[in-house]
Amino acid sequence: MVRRKFNALPGFGLTMGFTLFYLSAVVLVPLGGLLLRACETSPAEFWRLATTDRALAAYKLTFGASGCAAVANAVFGTLLAWVLVRYEFPGRRFIDAMVDFPFALPTAVAGLTLANLFAPQGWLGQFLVPLGIKGAYTSLGVVIALTFVGMPFVVRTLQPVLENLERDVEEAAASLGASRLRTFVSVIAPTLMPALLTGFALSFARAIGEYGSIVFISGNLPFKTEIAPYLIVMRLEEYDYAGAITLAVVLLIFSFVLLACINVLEQWANKFQR
Amino acid sequence: MAGTVTRKTTVGHRASQRGTEESPVIKWLLIAVALAFSAVFLLLPLINVFAQAFAKGLAYYHDSLWHPDSWAAIRLTLLVAAISVPLNVLFGVAAAWAIAKFEFRGKSLLITVIDLPFSVSPVVAGLMFVVLFGLQGFFGSWLDAHDLRIIYAVPGIVLATVFITFPFVARELIPVMQATGTEQEQAAMTLGANGWQTFWHVTLPSIKWGLVYGIILCNARAMGEFGAVSVVSGHITGQTDTMPLRVEKLYNEYNAPAAFAVASLLALLALLTLGVKTYMEWKQAREYERSQADSEAAKP
Repeated sequence: MVRRKFNALPGFGLTMGFTLFYLSAVVLVPLGGLLLRACETSPAEFWRLATTDRALAAYKLTFGASGCAAVANAVFGTLLAWVLVRYEFPGRRFIDAMVDFPFALPTAVAGLTLANLFAPQGWLGQFLVPLGIKGAYTSLGVVIALTFVGMPFVVRTLQPVLENLERDVEEAAASLGASRLRTFVSVIAPTLMPALLTGFALSFARAIGEYGSIVFISGNLPFKTEIAPYLIVMRLEEYDYAGAITLAVVLLIFSFVLLACINVLEQWANKFQR
Repeated sequence: MAGTVTRKTTVGHRASQRGTEESPVIKWLLIAVALAFSAVFLLLPLINVFAQAFAKGLAYYHDSLWHPDSWAAIRLTLLVAAISVPLNVLFGVAAAWAIAKFEFRGKSLLITVIDLPFSVSPVVAGLMFVVLFGLQGFFGSWLDAHDLRIIYAVPGIVLATVFITFPFVARELIPVMQATGTEQEQAAMTLGANGWQTFWHVTLPSIKWGLVYGIILCNARAMGEFGAVSVVSGHITGQTDTMPLRVEKLYNEYNAPAAFAVASLLALLALLTLGVKTYMEWKQAREYERSQADSEAAKP
């Protein structure tokens, strides 16, 4: 028997077999089950359940707040990455390590502490609420929590790119007469753009699925501060399986589309790294 | 300040004359804004957890943690992590070995499937298992007939946690294994080692940092998972409440200091995870420097 590809190392059958078995049991079968159940509802019923007023309000909040949080993360994440890579200042190593804190912290704890901070008696809330900035039980609170959980993505995506930026390009721009601002806008920013977009998309995708931190800080008021995942849980508790599954499939479709976009973005960004 | 004639200088304030650095005013303004942002969004929430946990004093903190239901939650969290993390390590090693050391068609599809839990909302993940194993699910009546419970019981929590956390180890190991390539393993095999010996003595030492980092990330996520576990657990106090769920329950009972007490343990876990990660990165950098120095010294 002639094999087309010769694999010199052993263990392919064993590891591949185990991998496929594990993935099937944990991912593919449950996913298939969900999609199969979703097919039991007629398309008309599916559309009706997916576009109820409450569902539409939940989508608006989920996607709107995620978008705002991702933009905030893009801005501050770029700033943070720039400052961490380019400058030396006391506490730089500490902040660099702490950037991963939202990634490591359980989302429930994040929601709990942020809700407490921005509540009227909280450390920040006692100053902000009299100014009209209500962070807890509002959609602003949702944006704040999503900014927190998404923060590491932009910073960690930009840091390697910034570290590999060649200074001589900036020197060339300066020697040709560009001001520092002009150099940043015309030379540095375009180089960062692919990585920034990737970080933005990752932050956005993370924010859409986020559940734990939101349920503490938003108050979960229907039509006002109820996110789509929370609505799914509500439907489950009412034993409205069809409704819950419909919403889940809508979220899944959007997640997959976003995942495809992220893949394309990452491939585009990699082209500039070579 | 463009067009200034430059001298050969190293870094420092001269760099601003070279035109490659901002003026000190801008620089320190940016640093101040970045530090303020970090303080508000990173440090303040962390400090607040501990401040609120001890708000009613040390005795209350102690009693909150030793409450039987909280202690049951801690035990359950540890149990779930103790089951899911080793399983996921096994999977991660197997998948990384298959993906990094062999060529086959469908590899990118496999990697995409492995990345799936990152793009699926935790609630949707939990719902998937309810649809499969819940009373009205596909296997529901079979399970009920055999008096087995997966949903609203510990196996469901383990399953949901495994789903959410299995990519972590694999994603850490695949790049590392791909970077080391297959030459060392092939050399070992020509010297007569079998597969297991090769893996144990050649592969494992080269991936140890990635493996440790993957394990601690996987563990941190496994202990802290909320959304997926919330859907499958049934919130039965003392039985199917993990630590994050216990935090929610205490909070909903208006017992904020107790909620923060349990949360403080989870925050400590996060800090420990960060600490191990930083230490490992430092050690890895040291090893790299030492190997660079060795290869420099070895040059004739």
